[in-house]
Amino acid sequence: MTAKAPDIRPVTASVGVGQAMKSVFLRDVRVAFRQRQDLLNPLLFFVMVVTLFPLGVSPEVSFLREAGAGILWVAALLSVLLSLDHLFRHDFDDGTLEQLVLQPQPLFLLVLAKTVAHWILTGLPLVVLTPVLGVMVQLPGNSIAVLCLTLLIGTPVLSLIGSIGAALTLGLRSAGVLLSLLIIPLYIPVLIFGTGTVAAASEGAPVGAYLALMGAFLVLAVTLAPFASAAALKISLSNS
Amino acid sequence: MWQFFHKLGSPKWFYGIATRLMPWLLVIGTALLMAGIVWGLAFAPKDYLQGDSYRIIFIHVPTAFLAQSAYIMMAVAAVVTLVWRMKLADVFVKAVAPVGLVITFLSLFTGAVWGKPTWGTWWIWDARLTSMLILLFLYGGVIALDRAINDEKSAARAVAVLVLVGVVNIPIIKYSVEWWNTLHQPATFKLTEKPSMPAEMWVPLLLAVLGMYLIFGWLACVRMQTEILAREQKTRWVKDLVMAGRH
Repeated sequence: MTAKAPDIRPVTASVGVGQAMKSVFLRDVRVAFRQRQDLLNPLLFFVMVVTLFPLGVSPEVSFLREAGAGILWVAALLSVLLSLDHLFRHDFDDGTLEQLVLQPQPLFLLVLAKTVAHWILTGLPLVVLTPVLGVMVQLPGNSIAVLCLTLLIGTPVLSLIGSIGAALTLGLRSAGVLLSLLIIPLYIPVLIFGTGTVAAASEGAPVGAYLALMGAFLVLAVTLAPFASAAALKISLSNS
Repeated sequence: MWQFFHKLGSPKWFYGIATRLMPWLLVIGTALLMAGIVWGLAFAPKDYLQGDSYRIIFIHVPTAFLAQSAYIMMAVAAVVTLVWRMKLADVFVKAVAPVGLVITFLSLFTGAVWGKPTWGTWWIWDARLTSMLILLFLYGGVIALDRAINDEKSAARAVAVLVLVGVVNIPIIKYSVEWWNTLHQPATFKLTEKPSMPAEMWVPLLLAVLGMYLIFGWLACVRMQTEILAREQKTRWVKDLVMAGRH
């Protein structure tokens, strides 16, 4: 079916955009908390990937101190990537997504609300967990603080960019691998600046400029990604 | 003007134009490329610093140019696909993506071959190399997504969205890796400045670049024609064309 909004005005008092976004957001959070294991899995994955590096490469303090921020960033990136499949999948399967597309409110704002929920449920817990893992990979306190800050700015960017990939691969065979192929190249700049900030901090250099650039990424992603995701969602829905 | 625009949307019209254009593209392109390469490889003066090893520039730079322009052309076609739903634009994206992938690979490969004698290593995590590698990934993603979606129209539009997202990201990738780490020499040609090399070097290089673009145009035409025939196989004009070809 084509996903065009029908030209019907809602009979009841129209729901404002803000109200609609809020209810989409709350619904996603509520649904997620009914399947708590799904919330826990990316976090476990994050911890396990970080564990692999000291075991697989070297548990030397010097190596870990050098590479720790990068390891944590890569692990966080992968675990966000892993969780992206859930962003639209269930709603796509049970038809909720079609209802969202049919709403009179602009789809990109509803997608933005969904993405924010996704970040709160996966990105934010990763940031909360980071100090513990940071201590385990022997990062000094200052670096851990900066690392948390970069992840705090960076993980929403990952969620936002990822939502485009999730929307594009919706309903496809082997969507998971394809999603990674499409999205990883787009994640690279965020990774570079995220780890670059921590590296600068550990050398005692000022990090303001780095953080400002990451903030610019966030602004860019917030303003553009929802449009692309909404367009991609409509394409994927018309495909099925 | 508008008539031309409407005609451009017609696969049949394009097929005819391409048939007439292709021999020219191929002949002139091959001539220019051969002239540039032979001149560059055999007659251009040696570099004072790099000796003969610099000569791979006559292949490396054209492919590197093309690798990036092909993506930009794809992005323009993607806009056309999304805004005007023009069939040809999406045929172009589909036809050109694999060519772009190969060209990007060639430029990385020739770069590696050049890097070995001059930098002493096949690969370094340098800004330019890394951003070209990411470009290769982007091409790969476009092809993978196109293959994964069965429905032709959805595939075209989904790929167009992906190409556009990628093009937003290209400057970001470029600058992020540039600030991150760089060793590669700066651009050979700039629009605003005279080339820093003597004319005996840059003229053959320019010829090779132009030749490469024309051959790319030829390849794009061949691949677009094939795609058009496959898509329009049930139409009258394709049947007539095929029947006419039998005699």
